[in-house]
Order: sequence, then structure tokens, then C-alpha cells
Amino acid sequence: MTLRKYLVLAGITVLSPTGDALLARGMKEVGSISLHNLHSLILAILNPWVAGGIVLLLAFFASYMSALSWADLTYVLPATSLGYVLVALIAHFGFHEAIALTRWLGIALITAGVGFVAAGPSVTTSHPHRVHHDPVSQEAEL
Amino acid sequence: MRDAYAWLAIGLITLAATTGDLLLAYSMKRVGDVHELMERRGLLGVIARVLRTPTFFLGLGAMAVAFYSLLFGLSWGNLSLVVPASASLTFVANAVAARIFLHEQVGRRRWIAAFLVAGGVLLMAA
Repeated sequence: MTLRKYLVLAGITVLSPTGDALLARGMKEVGSISLHNLHSLILAILNPWVAGGIVLLLAFFASYMSALSWADLTYVLPATSLGYVLVALIAHFGFHEAIALTRWLGIALITAGVGFVAAGPSVTTSHPHRVHHDPVSQEAEL
Repeated sequence: MRDAYAWLAIGLITLAATTGDLLLAYSMKRVGDVHELMERRGLLGVIARVLRTPTFFLGLGAMAVAFYSLLFGLSWGNLSLVVPASASLTFVANAVAARIFLHEQVGRRRWIAAFLVAGGVLLMAA
């Protein structure tokens, strides 16, 4: 794993929850959407907060695609798990959402689980089209 | 009713996101390491290679469904429930699906993580 790859993982971690938070802010302004006014879902992207969230999520998507080209799916998802903690912090301090103790414990458990995985190898498969081989990250799984 | 809609959205997000993740991961493995590819062929070369991979567009479609399900969910439920719950369930579903369809070696370390995440989801839904 190179510094560049760690930066890509860090980008995924930060961009996704920040984008989600902007979307949440925008959707609160747009209002509740039911099956009877689904067209509002399309128009929602005109809201500046929703649009900003989409820009950040596009950047997240590019980083995510990059990571999937050199690491397992089951490595990339947990390795970027600190995003869950960011979501909780943004929801709590940014939107003043009440978060019960059990929910905090749940977030801690999720983070512990995904952190567990991040310490392992990033790749467990070999692909005929892979052009880069990182012997360190291809160590055998536990 | 709000909770029912929020959990319906969480279910839709999980299904669509897992399908999308699998297809995108498969596509990008076929494309190869984009850092290496970019050094040899430049950004346009990487983009061209990605766009020539049909499963990429299927994955993109599934992700679009997941995205609109997320908007639907956020309009009914709290950010701190909808996002972590759907993301965590997607993680568990991905662990199972990646082993079956992508032949990733989901070893002891990754299974323990899956159970920890599942426990976390139960606590968050409590």
C-alpha cells in the first residue's frame, strides 16, 4: 500500500459522509416524499444542498472506483468505515439529531468490526487483467 | 408509517447498492490498477477503458437506484439511522456476495467483522 492509495481511502472516508450530510440537509428543505409525489424526487436535485451533495458523491465515486481497481470489495468497504463515525458526529452536532447511547454503541461496534478488516490484506484474489501486483497486500488471509 | 417507509428505503438501498458494488468491483478488476494505467495511458486512457466495460454501466444503474432510494429514505428517516443502517447491511451482504460471485477469500478476520457490523446494526435499530 502506497501513500497515494491511503489518500484515496481517506478521500472515500470523508467524501461519502459529507455528501450524505449535504443531501440530508437538502432533503429536509425539500420535504417528505411519498409514492404519490415521486416527481419531487427528480426535482430535488435542483436544491443547492442536494446539488452540492451530488458533487461530493461524484468525487467519492471516482475515488471508490479507483480503490476497487487495486483492492478487494470486502477490504475497501470496511477500510473506509470511519465515515460512519463522521455521519454520527455531523448528525449530532450539525443537525442536532438526538443519538441514543445504544446507537452510539452500535456505531462503535461497526467501527470496531470494519477496523478489524482494515488491518488485513487488501487483495485476496488474482485477476488476469491486474497490471499491478503488490506482494505485501497479497499476503494470505488469516 | 414513517418508520415503515424508512426501513423500506433501507432494504432497497441495501439490495441495489450490493448489486452495484459487485458489478463495479468486477468491472474495475477487469480494467486493472488505475494508478498504473494512468501512468502508461493517461486519464483519457483510463476513462476509455472503463467505458468499454459493459458491466460498469449495469453497476452504475444499480447505484442510481440506490441513490434515489437514499433520497427517499432521507426524506422519511433520520440521517443517523438511514445511512449507517443501509451501509452496514450492505457491508454484510457484500461479504457474502463477494465470496460467491467475486471469489474473494472472506477469511476469519472478515467474517468476525461482518458479525460485529451486524451486531452494530441491531443496536442502531433498537
